[in-house]
Amino acid sequence: MESKDMVRMANQIATFFKSYGAEEGTKEIATHINNFWEPRMRSHFFDFVAKGNTGFDPLVLAAVSMIRKPADHATQQGDLPKHGEES
Amino acid sequence: MIIKETDFGTPKSEATQMVTLEIDGHSITVPEGTSIMRAAMELGTKIPKLCATDSLNSFGSCRLCLVEIEGRKGTPASCTTPVAAGIKVKTQSDRLGNLRKGVMELYISDHPLDCLTCAANGDCELQDMAGAVGLRDVRYGYDGDNHVSAKREGVGENFRFKEKDESNPYFTFDPAKCIVCSRCVRACEEVQGTFALTIDGRGFASHVSAGMDEGFMASECVSCGACVQACPTATLTEKSVIKKGQPEHSVVTTCAYCGVGCSFKAEMKGDDVIRMVPYKDGGANEGHSCVKGRFAWGYATHKDRVTKPMIRTRITDPWKEVGWEEAIAHAAGGFKSIQRKYGRGSIGGITSSRCTNEEVYVVQKMIRSAFQNNNVDTCARVCHSPTGYGLSKTFGTSAGTQNFKSVEKADVILIIGANPTDGHPVFASRMKKRIRAGAKLIVADPRKTDSVRSPHIEASFHLPLRPGTNVAIVNALSHVILTEGLENKAFIAERCDTVEFSRWTNFIRDPKNSPEALEAETGVSAEDVRGAARLFATGGNGAIYYGLGVTEHSQGSTMVMGMANLAMLTGNIGREGVGVNPLRGQNNVQGACDMGSFPHELPGYRHISDNVVRDLFNKVWNTTLDSEPGLRIPNMLSAAVDGTFKGIFIQGEDIAQSDPNTNHVTAALEAMEMVVVQDLFLNETAAFAHVFFPGTSFLEKDGTFTNAERRINRVRQVKAPMQGKHEWQVVAELAQAMGYDMKYNNAAEIMDEIALVTPTFAGVSFKKIEEMGSVQWPCNEKAPNGTPMMHVDGFVRGKGRFMITEYVPTPERANRDFPLILTTGRILSQYNVGAQTRRTENSSWHPEDVLEIHPHDAELRGIADGDMVSLTSRIGGTTLRALITERMPQGVIYTTFHHPVTGANVITTEYSDWATNCPEYKVTAVQVRPSNQPSEWQKDWETREEENKRVAAE
Ligand code: SF4
Ligand code: SF4
Ligand code: SF4
Ligand code: FES
Repeated sequence: MESKDMVRMANQIATFFKSYGAEEGTKEIATHINNFWEPRMRSHFFDFVAKGNTGFDPLVLAAVSMIRKPADHATQQGDLPKHGEES
Repeated sequence: MIIKETDFGTPKSEATQMVTLEIDGHSITVPEGTSIMRAAMELGTKIPKLCATDSLNSFGSCRLCLVEIEGRKGTPASCTTPVAAGIKVKTQSDRLGNLRKGVMELYISDHPLDCLTCAANGDCELQDMAGAVGLRDVRYGYDGDNHVSAKREGVGENFRFKEKDESNPYFTFDPAKCIVCSRCVRACEEVQGTFALTIDGRGFASHVSAGMDEGFMASECVSCGACVQACPTATLTEKSVIKKGQPEHSVVTTCAYCGVGCSFKAEMKGDDVIRMVPYKDGGANEGHSCVKGRFAWGYATHKDRVTKPMIRTRITDPWKEVGWEEAIAHAAGGFKSIQRKYGRGSIGGITSSRCTNEEVYVVQKMIRSAFQNNNVDTCARVCHSPTGYGLSKTFGTSAGTQNFKSVEKADVILIIGANPTDGHPVFASRMKKRIRAGAKLIVADPRKTDSVRSPHIEASFHLPLRPGTNVAIVNALSHVILTEGLENKAFIAERCDTVEFSRWTNFIRDPKNSPEALEAETGVSAEDVRGAARLFATGGNGAIYYGLGVTEHSQGSTMVMGMANLAMLTGNIGREGVGVNPLRGQNNVQGACDMGSFPHELPGYRHISDNVVRDLFNKVWNTTLDSEPGLRIPNMLSAAVDGTFKGIFIQGEDIAQSDPNTNHVTAALEAMEMVVVQDLFLNETAAFAHVFFPGTSFLEKDGTFTNAERRINRVRQVKAPMQGKHEWQVVAELAQAMGYDMKYNNAAEIMDEIALVTPTFAGVSFKKIEEMGSVQWPCNEKAPNGTPMMHVDGFVRGKGRFMITEYVPTPERANRDFPLILTTGRILSQYNVGAQTRRTENSSWHPEDVLEIHPHDAELRGIADGDMVSLTSRIGGTTLRALITERMPQGVIYTTFHHPVTGANVITTEYSDWATNCPEYKVTAVQVRPSNQPSEWQKDWETREEENKRVAAE
């Protein structure tokens, strides 16, 4: 995912919840991202934030600490469905 | 056996006062206002009739239904005479018998005597009545003045004779057989609301005229078929019946086109469908239909249908037909090796809102259990996902609040971003009927749609807003209502969260939300907005109906909440005639959402992170569910381009045509190693597939669809699957091949499992639907017979929540390079990507997608009506034909996306709804220029059509 798309999406969410003030708004942003963003997207998100990617709404940045950190989720070699009778 | 609904002759009376009378010595009690004819029929006495039928108001023209009433003079017509307390009616006597014979004699003297070779033989009311009255001879002979023969003895050319009109592709009109009962004319008016037919001329010269005697196809006729059903003779007859003869048995099933979900009788001969006739006892349609469901089912046996599974290694290879076992093994092998290399999360799937609940349920179950991830999404992503999000935030459920019938009680109807006459025609007919009876109409739409103005319909307010400013308009409406003190204080105090309300009040009162402040942004006169707001707040029951013009925006979810706010503010929730009603696009989009097609939600809208819910599913499914939400369609595509998503199972969806930014979609598909498509036809997406599983048409399916009213209707199998297997069987076998044990014996078993795991479906079973005809969820212990209306005593979430809906302009704006705004939509005769309707005669009405443009914008660019033009956005370009029309406001142009070669989505952008990623189809900045060249994309498309769809010779 390109950073500009990610920034746009995160900022759109922030724009909606901004109306609810900093405290509640930040919480809502984090909940929204936790609820709807697949781990891959969240790890991209953390990468972009870590790179100091500018462009994120301050409210998004304030929400970072409340967003669940994904492990390398299900995208690793050998991470297989449990029922699989793989060799 | 052919199912035949009882015809009571005249409509049911809604009165509550009861009246008792006597008919032929039997006493009967019926509601006041019932006709004598209907009362007699309730006793089982069929009074002869020709001009009456219970879908139409009585007319009293044929004089066949005469009766005698003790103490009254003469012989009144029983269809127009209401019952009265204590009267004694006689339906048969010598006098009545003779009168009726006389009437029939006159009719028959001007009617051809070719019953034996007539298409309606065996299904003709004229024939039946001749039998019923005992007509034995016709004293006048047949040589007099008539409409029957082209030439008359001794007269020559018969000026009264008119040729058959065969212009409509689906039915014929044979004036020689017409008895001028005007049932067709009244059906077109009363049932359909199109007013295409009239009775022209007087006396013996009177005849049925379509348009200005210009023939059906050239008239305003929309081919709904209502007149054909209403016609008691062979005058209006389906061409399929003329060709194949009368059907011998019928099965009740559900239309597989739009979200209205009309019930039909599939009338059959063996396993050949002769015709589809709307079913009078169908909850959604009550006997009406549109051209798609009624006539456009020929695609089911179209020669393009693929009936053998196919595989190939590379997408440039020709397809190879194989057996089911090999195809399933090939797909499973591909998916498994991808997962070995790239991990569990590297594959996923898309469910189809054209498939049954049962078929959708097994696909999401396969993905969550056999693939063991939550990468499942559905095409609702690109249409109504904001509805789910917005309504659950405010009301607590993801679905519309009313049944369609509720519109009969509405006083003010607000339509936003929907064009029901084209998108949801049968609902539109019901709505127009209500408007003709006096309800007021407000339409918010950039285009001057048919809803704004058509025969006998005129919107009180048309708010021609700029695309992308919905939220501004809805905020302005609420602002006016609140600042003028027109809100429903009692409702808000009792039913809504008052803390949230006062927070919202502070926001909405702000002058920036006033219609005056927003006028420049929306392009709508402040005065009209104020007028519309006052009307909505004070006009009685206010009902909101909306479509994709609301959801397919950057602020789609915000807008849904804005409408929910408006409904709560005016107390228009929880009773008949009100509500917030999404008009759903595809037939089972509601069902697909209910069945757990979203990556973050299990069936019944429960979040995947909920441990209790996951435990329940783990037990029933014998699996270990992942607790993280999966990828949504656009995320899958991005991940494919990034290289972490490599395989996809696509059930009956054509994302390469229907999803935005086609080039991005195809790049993503090309990056995948295993694309499995399950569909009827080699669609656009199949050009990128490695495995093709032939699907079943709705005629071969056994299961249920859920319409926009949450109504679960049965889809009954009328013929065996052409490719030998039910779709859910194929999916279960694929899951098996992936190592997960999934097995069902029939669709009813799947529904039983759905009921077991989904509280809102707990009471649903095929048996229940059989008993009730259809049932609206929630159906469980609390509502054993389902729920036609939601939020009656309280909101599902408890108190209704007003949400703050700040208007934010979309980043997609017109600019110097792309000065026009393109918005997209659909038309009546075609459906979605058109895979089905394009393969029927419906293309007679819409052979290609056209670009609608205002005369001024066209002139500025030197474009004449019918010219080919190039349409470009910053994303891509295509070429299509221009149609100059004043329906469009200046600066806004419009097209549909029913034909793949148009590639309307080559133009659309990556912008999407903030909450759900529903793409912003409705706003794209574009430029239009005259051109006679196909675009680059179109040239590629032509090549791909050739190359990627080849099937190897045996
Ligand atoms: S098919 Fe429908 S629209 Fe056409 S004339 Fe008949 S009733 Fe009217
Ligand atoms: S076409 Fe049929 S319904 Fe219409 S007036 Fe003639 S007989 Fe009656
Ligand atoms: S397409 Fe819609 S309105 Fe038309 S018959 Fe089918 S369900 Fe009814
Ligand atoms: S049926 Fe009553 S007058 Fe025709």
